[in-house]
Amino acid sequence: MGSMIELKNITKMYDMGGAEQVHALQDVSVTIQKNEYVAIMGPSGSGKSTLMNIIGCLDTPTSGQYIFNGVNVSEMSDNELARVRNREIGFVFQTFNLLARSDALHNVELPLIYAGAPAAERRKRAQETLQHVQLGDRAHHKPNELSGGQRQRVAIARALVTRPSIILADEPTGNLDSKTGEEIMILFQELHVQGNTIILVTHEPDIAEHAHRIIRIRDGKVASDEKNSTIQAYTAAKAS
Amino acid sequence: MYFLTELKEGLAISFRAIRANKMRSVLTTLGIVIGIVSVTLMATAIEGVNRAFDKSAKAFGTDVLYVQKFPWVDSDDWATIRNRRDLKISYASQIERRATLSDAVAPVMGTRRPVIYLSNRIDDGFVTGTTSEYLSAAGVTIEDGRFFNAEESNGGRPVCAIGATVSETLFPREDPIGKVIRVAGHPFTVIGVFEKQGGLFGSFTSDTRVYVPLLAFQNFFGGRRDVTIQVKVADITKMEDAKIELEGIMRSVRNIVPGKANDFNINAQEILTQTFAPISLVIASIGLFITGLSLFVGGIGIMNIMFVSVTERTKEIGIRKAIGAPRRTILLQFLVESAALCLIGGFIGLAISYPLSLIVDQFLPTSMPLSIVFISILISLVVGVVSGFLPAYRAARMDPVEALRYE
Repeated sequence: MGSMIELKNITKMYDMGGAEQVHALQDVSVTIQKNEYVAIMGPSGSGKSTLMNIIGCLDTPTSGQYIFNGVNVSEMSDNELARVRNREIGFVFQTFNLLARSDALHNVELPLIYAGAPAAERRKRAQETLQHVQLGDRAHHKPNELSGGQRQRVAIARALVTRPSIILADEPTGNLDSKTGEEIMILFQELHVQGNTIILVTHEPDIAEHAHRIIRIRDGKVASDEKNSTIQAYTAAKAS
Repeated sequence: MYFLTELKEGLAISFRAIRANKMRSVLTTLGIVIGIVSVTLMATAIEGVNRAFDKSAKAFGTDVLYVQKFPWVDSDDWATIRNRRDLKISYASQIERRATLSDAVAPVMGTRRPVIYLSNRIDDGFVTGTTSEYLSAAGVTIEDGRFFNAEESNGGRPVCAIGATVSETLFPREDPIGKVIRVAGHPFTVIGVFEKQGGLFGSFTSDTRVYVPLLAFQNFFGGRRDVTIQVKVADITKMEDAKIELEGIMRSVRNIVPGKANDFNINAQEILTQTFAPISLVIASIGLFITGLSLFVGGIGIMNIMFVSVTERTKEIGIRKAIGAPRRTILLQFLVESAALCLIGGFIGLAISYPLSLIVDQFLPTSMPLSIVFISILISLVVGVVSGFLPAYRAARMDPVEALRYE
């Protein structure tokens, strides 16, 4: 069986007007297996956001190949990418990015609407997923009636509801206080144990510590890619 | 199935968006409301004019042929027509004897004389001389009293039947039956009043006329005049045949040799309708075009506000795209919103213009055509889709990364 994510010599360039070009990513090659828990780290401007956008199929590389679940997505059309995002990728954003005018249940249902699931099934799965993140009783609250942590849980439920191949979290604790942030990180931990593949983009070492593997990006290149030894001990301790 | 779900979702989003921006939605919709009101009222007015025309044309009788010296509609060789021989009263009896497809034949003569009853007078009244056959030949109805009978007609008795307008003028507060009026000084006893015909051609209807027996007419006002012979066709489905038959009789009566053109015309209501139809179409087209402009302006308003809406909701578009909304879904969402705005405008417009059409009805008998109700709903929908398309297309083409970054 091949890898889940295979980035081969990915380069992304932006035109800055005129002849000037910026290399956001330069020759990046990364492979991620199913059920890995990976943190992508780097200071702002390092290219980690660009990398995340490419992994999340929000953007396509200027050159290089991106094989996702054995399929080359680097040359897909807009609509094909939308389909991949809908079925295979669950996004969790720093600013939650929930629809303000819709209640929690509807927010979670949304990806299923785009997937074309029948109404009854949508409702059922959305409700179940909300329960999964301990928000079953908040289904009909609008985002502004929920706390930051609860909003992020709704966003995680939305990411999980289509049972995607990967969960892509971009600074998921960036807008939360440390206690709530810790709770969210425990939730990710649980999701990982349940078999989900998680990719975490962050610049905070504390947060990255939760991942089993840490990829550091600097100046658009992979600076280091190593197993997180501390976590192994942590999980082992927890298991025993 | 999927499309329906998308449409439902699109509708739900639109109504949330419209509710969230009440004032803006109301103002934007106002353009469409005004457009729909003006278009539907214009259509109602045009309908009124057409109805008035139809009603007027009916006064000539749909099954009546008019044998006359002059055609009703302009003819190019006016000079030859002017020099035609007058028609004679005697033709009527010949037609009556020989025609197989006709019911009633009445010769008709007219002049203008003062008509007086006590202090009420009509200076230039239309006086018509005809026979008792006229009642069936002209397709008019007596409302009060009766028309003169064959005896009175043949005897040239001084009796008359008057039109509704004449009756209103001469007898504003009296029953006219049995009263004696003076036509150019000659006394005539009123024995009947016609039902009101109304319409655009006032002087051509029975409303403004005084009908007297032909013999009396000839005695008092002179008989050397042009005659119109009105022929009622027995079977309305055989109008064409009756016309051909009548033409043959007239040619033989007038001794027109084969190969020579007719020196008379057989007119029918149909001619008027045929002449009016293209004019009415031009008026309708111009009227609807001008009012359509206001609808167009309304559409531009919708487009403008949809651009604002798309820009405002860039972030939302980004979120939707990130979680997998394809372009088509985003496009549809904004199209539905703009169509919904316009449809609401259309319905409000109809709700306003319907009572207004009832007011128009007071002056020009009309009613809002049912077809225009459906058409204006359809137009609102089309305006919505057309003016929403560019903004929706822009939304659908947004780059999700850029859109998500938008604050």
